Amino acid sequence: MKEKKEPFLRRNGARSVLASLISILIGLLAGGVVILIVGLATPSLGLRSAWDGIRLAFFGILSTGRDALGRLTFGFNPVNIGNMLFRATPVILTGLSVAMANKTGLFNIGASGQYLAGTCATLFIALSIPSETVPPFVIWLLAFLGGMLAGALWGSIPGLLKALLNINEVIACIMTNWIAANVVTWLFDVSNLKNLTESTKSGYIYKTTFNNVATAKLGLDRLFPGSQVNGGILVAILLAVAVYIVMSRTTFGYELKACGANRHAARYAGIRDKRNIVLSMAMAGALAGAGGSLYYLAGNTEFFWNTYQSLPAAGFNGIAVALLAVNNPLAVIFTGCFMSMLNIAGLQIKNLTGYNEYITDVIIAVIVYLAAFSLIIKLWLGGRKKKAAPAARTVTPDKADEGKEAQK
Amino acid sequence: MPFLIRQTLIYAVPLMVVALAGIFSERSGIINLALEGIMIFGAFIGVLFVRIVQQAGWFNAAYADGNWVALQGFVLLTMLAAAILGATFSLLLAFAAINLKADQTIGGTALNMLAPALVLFLIRILVNQNTLQMATGGAAGWFMVKKTMLGYDKDAALGFFGQTFLDKVYFATYFCLIVFVVLSIILYKTRFGLRLRSCGENPQAADSLGINVVRMRYAGVTISGALAGMGGYVYALTTANCSSTGDVAGFGFLALAVMIFGNWKPLNVALGALLFGLFKCVAASFSTLDINGDGIFALANLGVSTHFYRLLPYLITLIVLAFTSKSSRAPKAEGIPYDKSTR
Repeated sequence: MKEKKEPFLRRNGARSVLASLISILIGLLAGGVVILIVGLATPSLGLRSAWDGIRLAFFGILSTGRDALGRLTFGFNPVNIGNMLFRATPVILTGLSVAMANKTGLFNIGASGQYLAGTCATLFIALSIPSETVPPFVIWLLAFLGGMLAGALWGSIPGLLKALLNINEVIACIMTNWIAANVVTWLFDVSNLKNLTESTKSGYIYKTTFNNVATAKLGLDRLFPGSQVNGGILVAILLAVAVYIVMSRTTFGYELKACGANRHAARYAGIRDKRNIVLSMAMAGALAGAGGSLYYLAGNTEFFWNTYQSLPAAGFNGIAVALLAVNNPLAVIFTGCFMSMLNIAGLQIKNLTGYNEYITDVIIAVIVYLAAFSLIIKLWLGGRKKKAAPAARTVTPDKADEGKEAQK
Repeated sequence: MPFLIRQTLIYAVPLMVVALAGIFSERSGIINLALEGIMIFGAFIGVLFVRIVQQAGWFNAAYADGNWVALQGFVLLTMLAAAILGATFSLLLAFAAINLKADQTIGGTALNMLAPALVLFLIRILVNQNTLQMATGGAAGWFMVKKTMLGYDKDAALGFFGQTFLDKVYFATYFCLIVFVVLSIILYKTRFGLRLRSCGENPQAADSLGINVVRMRYAGVTISGALAGMGGYVYALTTANCSSTGDVAGFGFLALAVMIFGNWKPLNVALGALLFGLFKCVAASFSTLDINGDGIFALANLGVSTHFYRLLPYLITLIVLAFTSKSSRAPKAEGIPYDKSTR
């Protein structure tokens, strides 16, 4: 109630948005500086190509290639937008996963492992049920739900360890990540799902279209012709809205957040904290699993099954997505799209300049780095540095989140 | 058997050093999840340094003469370069965690994301492919110590000891062992070590006794970065033929597991590293592993999948955690930014 009278910058929400925007801007600028330095230091690139690279890093989503004179052209590009939405699907879901766990006071660094678990279950179901006898849509649904379930089970392991034995969830998640990476490789190694018909490629699993299973396009392909977009993005948005409603409109969500704010106080208030920690991690795992599931159910993506040497980037990008969105499930939709927009910009940079797509990963990493001390940026934005902080820390659970960050 | 011990050491020693890196940081109170990232960065710097020096032609004469002493000096120089740049890279974590009181888990994750991205970006610019290799030759040709170099005949029988520790080994491995022992002693038997550890247990008390907590934590993270950078290069040298791909296959996280398995104590960590190194070695070469040299491939006949050996270290760590969580010796103040006003 008091908040309305406060100046714009003193408001918590406004400061969060501004802090995120500043992080994004600094991240992009850092990427630009790297491009510039590398460009000037490399004879084959030079200033001109550095300028191209910087423009693409910022506006790659609008890139339409080069004109006859070799200059970069910009404009509406439906392929880029469609691909952005397609690639946003998994990171929105892993972002939701991390945000959901964060709300409960858990840092879910295990989204990668849950993503892999979801992918694995989905591919096994989608490719094993014969599509001659079972309608493809039923297989799709089973595969999707199976992926979510596998993710939930995988996520509940660190949840159980945390709730029952008080083992730090970060450590448990790191271990389960690598266990998942090895188990998934193992399962596919002994499976008969390895793609042997297309002999030019090795180490890949069949696309789900091999069994006539693929996510429905729902008309999105007509909106963005030539792109990979499909109905998965709508599922992701629906799930984001569902998480938002559960977290901010239900008793269950309130209990989860109360556990996150102060586990012991929550127990004192009669909330079953152990059950809530496990459930929170299971739901986070289900969301991450859904991300992997939807990405590989698209029908135009192939899974490289030798995963034991590196974890999928989607899980870690989910951390960036959630941090930028300040753990707000609805904001995750937009920050997820922003991350995949960077991804598309990276592809444009790779295709149109002498640089490569990894520069956008550098930008994402810088953004995560800034998010680590976003609280400082927020305090700084609030003007009166430390005096502003206690005022913002009222007792409603939403604000309690911030208090928790300060305590860490 | 000599082969098994030799290979185990090759995996275990970098693991040991990087786990010690984790100990230094955590004992000073800063959680260092960025071990993996710093290793990746150190490996890149090391390989890049080797390339540049090779291209400048400084050690080509030594290579042509077979002057292996000079070449081992070259390795040491490279390790030094990787350590210095690794320490520099870790300053990013130190600055965020100590000066800005940032969330250390997120800061470490950011570094883990930054290192492979930056390294792959630069490798692609430098060589237009995803792997940075030596300019000429390979790790075995340039840097491996063979028995002929030590004055033995090509066909000489060295006995068990010689065969295990003198032939086809890397001097870098032994150097890392020395570093491990020396730094462990520093951490436990010197005034500096005691002060550093006190900052991880109770920084308020340490501060009240006139210990500069900020400086000690910087020291912890910087030593950690130097060790992890060096370990990253040694890993690349001994197991990846001195090449960098923006990836150390989760070795940094394995080191983290070793550190937890060893309960933050150097001796236990050394044993844990040997155990996990053995698993790594078995996973990599179990199908051709002839333990006793009698032509029986016992492990291959066991029929256990290589994937099982690969996931075993992580699984064991989880189980150990589950059983020892009550008696964990994790530094009390790790992960909590030091704030003078809470004294």
